[in-house]
Amino acid sequence: MRLRKLAYNYPDSTGHFGPYGGIYVAETLMGALDELRAAYEHYSVDPEFKAEFAYELKHYVGRPSPIYHARHWSQKLGGAQIYLKREDLNHTGAHKVNNTVGQALLAKRMGKPRVIAETGAGQHGVATATVAARYGMECVVYMGAEDVKRQATNVYRMKLLGATVVPVESGSKTLKDALNEAMRDWVTNIENTFYIIGTVAGPHPYPMMVRDFNSVVSKECVVQMPELAGRQPDAVIACVGGGSNAMGIFHSYIEVPGVQLIGVEAAGSGLASGQHAAALTAGKPGVLHGNRTYLLQDGNGQIIETHSISAGLDYPGVGPEHAWLKDSGRAQYVAIEDSEALQAFHDLCHYEGIIPALESSHALAYAAKIAPTMGHDKVLLVNLSGRGDKDMATVARVSGIEL
Amino acid sequence: MSRIQPTFEKLKQRGGKALIPFITAGDPNPQLTVSLMHALVEAGADIIEIGVPFSDPMADGPTIQRSSERALKHGIALHDVLDMVAKFRTTDASTPVVLMGYGNPIEAMGWERFAVRCEQVGVDGVLTVDFPPEESHEAFGHLHRHGVDPIFLLAPTTSDERITQVAKVARGYVYYVSLKGVTGAGHLDLSAIAQKIPHIQQYIGLPIGVGFGIRDAETARAVSKLCDGVVVGSRIVQEIEDSNEEVVITNVARLVKELRLAINQV
Repeated sequence: MRLRKLAYNYPDSTGHFGPYGGIYVAETLMGALDELRAAYEHYSVDPEFKAEFAYELKHYVGRPSPIYHARHWSQKLGGAQIYLKREDLNHTGAHKVNNTVGQALLAKRMGKPRVIAETGAGQHGVATATVAARYGMECVVYMGAEDVKRQATNVYRMKLLGATVVPVESGSKTLKDALNEAMRDWVTNIENTFYIIGTVAGPHPYPMMVRDFNSVVSKECVVQMPELAGRQPDAVIACVGGGSNAMGIFHSYIEVPGVQLIGVEAAGSGLASGQHAAALTAGKPGVLHGNRTYLLQDGNGQIIETHSISAGLDYPGVGPEHAWLKDSGRAQYVAIEDSEALQAFHDLCHYEGIIPALESSHALAYAAKIAPTMGHDKVLLVNLSGRGDKDMATVARVSGIEL
Repeated sequence: MSRIQPTFEKLKQRGGKALIPFITAGDPNPQLTVSLMHALVEAGADIIEIGVPFSDPMADGPTIQRSSERALKHGIALHDVLDMVAKFRTTDASTPVVLMGYGNPIEAMGWERFAVRCEQVGVDGVLTVDFPPEESHEAFGHLHRHGVDPIFLLAPTTSDERITQVAKVARGYVYYVSLKGVTGAGHLDLSAIAQKIPHIQQYIGLPIGVGFGIRDAETARAVSKLCDGVVVGSRIVQEIEDSNEEVVITNVARLVKELRLAINQV
């Protein structure tokens, strides 16, 4: 089927999405980024690289992931039909592995035997440790000490896969501090180390490269939706922390008119409480972690501590392409509170027999909010970006249950 | 007008090398910063680098990161740092002061307003670690117009093409990072520095300061032979961390005097 398309060609050659993105790093990293950019430019169009990536996604990750019509839940909500892109069924249980397979294959071709990563919820760390084991690479994962406590199972998982997990004690001891520490490792060990960034943020070419590797998600949806629903969706909904699962499911739809794109941020205890992680909804543009984007910061330009029930959304920035999609009006960004996400989490368990990740539950909660206001013939496509097994302890704790 | 160029010219006339110590503004507490600055000058500093604390200092090692965290606990913001320089200038009109930090606090103030304030209070140079020349033409234009020198880092991995780009916007001096890593790391390679400095001088006419990893007087002396100035940061900040507040100024002054004597032997 042929899609009518809008023109969209970002980033530019220097990594800018409008005013956002770019390369804001210390001189010590410039050489490594030049090397990475050249390698990615070369291999991203190399037929052999593309074939190996496709093979790995099919046979190791288990792609294509299905789309599932959540009939029962849609019926209960009494409005639009909700379809779920089942990234939770991937090997390792989330979309993150699409990107780590891609970057690991690139690292291999660049002759880097050691990979490092930062992780929040632990999903990206697990996905990195997984591919490091698969391709025989040394793996070091940096994780905020606070997150190490919150996600003990994922820490153990990474260790089983042969990775070294380094708890980061500086700053707020969460994802942003892990990212700082990984950058420091990279600067120091630049010759033999490839830094596998887990989201569509950081200096160019990372936002573009991570998006490209994850865009397999929307490439599949564009084909699957007409087969299953008879047409493309009215809206595509995804949660946004750094924003990689959202860019993955948005990307092929950016150029398709009539498909609304909705990113859902974490409103934590409520936007008014100040305890949230909604950079696009409540932040201001600035520069952090190698790119210009929306940031949660105080009036003096210091980055402020964020809160979300889901560690994977607990980040004060957001990928620069989302900043651009927001300003250009092509996507809309909303925020969902912890309590609303939890409700959607329980509802999906109850009505569909699917335990979603708390991150993805934010996207589900927004779908549940708007579906009843829409007609039965309307179609919502939600990225079920990960499964909730890792969140058992968190959900039990807030429900007052001891496991 | 910046005091940096005249300072290097004077040093050159008498065959001296610049000693450039670094402290973080507000560390160990905001009341001590101006006194520490004066103590650095009395102990022999030619130029002072003042760290502007930032919540996410990616290019710094643990020592300077902790100093940044101590300063932020006192609520130190960029405007406080500028006020400290203004106070320092009431009794020291000649020692160049360079602010070193990350771009976002300046973005929050606005580059033009920041440049104006720098000129007013007597800041001579600004080094924003995470703002390379390509991204920052407008920002550095504001600094140029207000007589403030943009200072840039060069690394062992910097290509000739990038050195050329830096040469177009840099003023005052350039800061050569003597090792691959973050501030305060070890393993300084003197022979690599000896090779790289003359190479950089082919592209850039400015004085070259060398820093990152200079932890004792002996290294400072050896490095100063190869360049125009020596930057010492983590070692001094470590001294501040290890000293209680009654003796911190004495201890830092003693350390800087040792460095001065070592460099004077060149």
